[in-house]
Amino acid sequence: MLDYKPNIVLSNQEYNVVGTRPVRPDGADKVTGKANYSADINLPGMIFGKMLRSPHAHAVIKSIDTSKAEAHPGVRAVVTSADIQKPSGRASELAEGAMVNYKFLSNNVLADGKVLYKGHAVAAVAAASAHAAEEALKLIEVEYEVLPPVMDGKEAMEEDSPLVHERLAGMTTAAIRAGGVLDDDDPTRGTNIANHFEFKLGEPDEGFKQADVIVEKEVSTVAVHQGYIEPHCGTAQWHEDGSLTIWSSSQGQFTVRDYTARLVGIPVSKVRAIPMEIGGGFGAKLTMYMEPVAALLARKAGAPVKMAMNRTEVFEASGPTSGTYISVKIGATRDGKITAASSTLIFEAGAFPGSPVPGGAQCMMAAYDIPNAYIEGYDVVVNRPKTSAYRAPGSPAAAFAMETAIDELCEKLGMDPVDFRLLNSSKEGVRRVTGPLMPKVGFIETLEAAKAHPHYSSSLEGPYRGRGIASGFWGNNTGPSSAVALVHPDGKISMTEGSPDIGGTRASVAQQMAEVLGVPMEDINTQIGDTDSIGFTSNTGGSGVTFKTGFAAYTAAQDIKQQMIQRAARIWDVDAEDVEYENGTLQHKSDPELRLTFQQLAARQTPTGGPIVGRAGVNPGGAGPALATHIVDLEVDPDTGKVTILRYTALQDAGKAIHPSYVEGQIQGGVAQGIGWALNEEYFINDQGHMVNSSYLDYRMPTSLDLPMIDTVVVEVANPNHPFGVRGVGEVCIVPPMAAISNALYNAIGVRLNSLPMNPGAILEALWNKENGSK
Amino acid sequence: MPEVWIPTTMQSLTGGLQKVQIEGRTVRQVINNLEREFPGVKEILYDEEEDDLQTGIAVIVDGEASQIGLLERVQETSEVHFLPAIGGG
Repeated sequence: MLDYKPNIVLSNQEYNVVGTRPVRPDGADKVTGKANYSADINLPGMIFGKMLRSPHAHAVIKSIDTSKAEAHPGVRAVVTSADIQKPSGRASELAEGAMVNYKFLSNNVLADGKVLYKGHAVAAVAAASAHAAEEALKLIEVEYEVLPPVMDGKEAMEEDSPLVHERLAGMTTAAIRAGGVLDDDDPTRGTNIANHFEFKLGEPDEGFKQADVIVEKEVSTVAVHQGYIEPHCGTAQWHEDGSLTIWSSSQGQFTVRDYTARLVGIPVSKVRAIPMEIGGGFGAKLTMYMEPVAALLARKAGAPVKMAMNRTEVFEASGPTSGTYISVKIGATRDGKITAASSTLIFEAGAFPGSPVPGGAQCMMAAYDIPNAYIEGYDVVVNRPKTSAYRAPGSPAAAFAMETAIDELCEKLGMDPVDFRLLNSSKEGVRRVTGPLMPKVGFIETLEAAKAHPHYSSSLEGPYRGRGIASGFWGNNTGPSSAVALVHPDGKISMTEGSPDIGGTRASVAQQMAEVLGVPMEDINTQIGDTDSIGFTSNTGGSGVTFKTGFAAYTAAQDIKQQMIQRAARIWDVDAEDVEYENGTLQHKSDPELRLTFQQLAARQTPTGGPIVGRAGVNPGGAGPALATHIVDLEVDPDTGKVTILRYTALQDAGKAIHPSYVEGQIQGGVAQGIGWALNEEYFINDQGHMVNSSYLDYRMPTSLDLPMIDTVVVEVANPNHPFGVRGVGEVCIVPPMAAISNALYNAIGVRLNSLPMNPGAILEALWNKENGSK
Repeated sequence: MPEVWIPTTMQSLTGGLQKVQIEGRTVRQVINNLEREFPGVKEILYDEEEDDLQTGIAVIVDGEASQIGLLERVQETSEVHFLPAIGGG
């Protein structure tokens, strides 16, 4: 059994800097208010933009009259969809691989013809003060023809449902796309089903025939928000040469550049996007809303414009996650081997196509060795804000279905849930339901660590108390990334890299450079480059930064190392092959007298050939999937329905924890969000399709008072595709909590709750129904 | 020859075959050779205007999502899959 400690790292390989816990380089500035966030930008002559938003969930815009607003003395500019570029409805690849349908993006940024959700942006005003801009919004006259909204994914799939887009094309292809639009001469009726796809492995029908026990169930989840502290904000300034500078809060400055350039109608080389510090994103800041509108206003006004959402706008007009309906069926033999599984996933995409249903479908069975399976997914548009990514997009809802079904199966079989998962766990070489073979993963190791953990074997006594476990899978992403590092004469290093730092990645990236060069991490000053100062770097998302930008830092460090070897060889007049570099020291292989430290050589750059600059532009594959297993104990108050989380342990494969404290922090953050998703959070929508809890007073996220210390166990099964074995860690931690809590609730009160949130009202209702003998 | 797994929604084009052996040293060649045997496959997987994989399709070669798409090398013993691309958070 593991010795109990609050946080444990089960390391297989030790390094000098990698795996240590240096103080985060950006921490002091952040806690003392010196760090600059997007709203901190103030420019000479800057004015303020505000957005007029739709009061209806679904309506035709019959007319917009902005003349009175334009006549307001404080107003400098007004824009509507007439001012924004209107690209075709064809889904596009961006220059470096991302996917977007610019027509839908444009229509989301400023509504064109119809408003598709309450809060949809209709027009914007820039004025000398934010107050004046808000006043002027009231002077804009919009005539609407209100239409019935469709708020629910299942209802939107019905033949007679209102159509969100009259010309949306339904797609049944190998790909889920950013949506398509029917050609003008195509007589096909539009649809709300933007995409339908399937995966099939083996013979599911035959597999179910081999099963001795079958569990079949349906679950549902509702939209929740990522709940980042910092609202969306962007500032735009035009220059005399026609170029544009944008300061904003985003998970990718290159996405801001590309999207803004297209919607404003200028080349990407004319946009310089500067990433500010970011107060949380969790996937929702992979897209943008304010920046192109700020740019359009700034161009009209001839002055820099800052736009920031308030909290209600964040809830109503940024991207929450999908509401979902998921049915699942699993069959197993009497001795616990899964013979077949099938599932149908329906995900609400919001007002435009592109829900995370592919992620849900590809992750939900990935943790298991299932010989026969069928999965189908539907991406469905509804009159809600366009969903955006939220930590492991799609996988948490899918795991809620899969992992609670497995718990039911274990109960029917009389098997320990960890033993069942060990018997059926996926591992290297196992065929995934989606086709490819599983690479090296650490699922078995997380299960063995769970079984060995004192939490799992501890007693849990008392009424209304229960324990649940669940596991989760997330594939992790990678992508292009860049790093440039220059060596100062005092031996310190300044590194510029392209990944906005959300979770402490300045440290985890710098540690990888420090490890290669044999210097302390504190000797490396890391900054995030803007789009004119660093090579393209894909978004901070998919748990990819420590993998891909760490890879870039590693490669740039190798570049520096080779240059230093060349310089030492030049100084000593020997062949470079005879010089070795180890732990920050250059040494002749056979002459111990010839020795220079990194610092000594750094001081001699100019006379030995000039500045030493290491650089890397990489696009590494093999991000390596992450798996996790969670254990939760909870107690239900039968009088109020309130759930208290008594103990929580999260066990996760990190490949190699570069900075274990950040890994633990990511895990704890993901669990905290998962607990909120499980127990309380929801978009509460009234019968007009309006969110009625769009403030943090009414949208119930967990606080520190609601949560116990979340214990972590970091398991390290090295990813063979990374120099230090890194796997992404930021997302899989949110996958198991909802299922683990549902399983624990069943253990506590004897009722399965199959819809989220499992809030006090739902729990009381379940208890009453149980007492009354009804389901 | 490389083994190409046909997406479920495209198996109507391959007569129900889930996987086929197709010549090719790159993903591009594999798609071109697939088209010769199973007409209609290429327009689903390949975007002629962009000279790239269709938007939203990821190609998986030997278990790893390719970062270079059509240019990815394919070995004689490789397994090739075409899947919906997944975005992270």
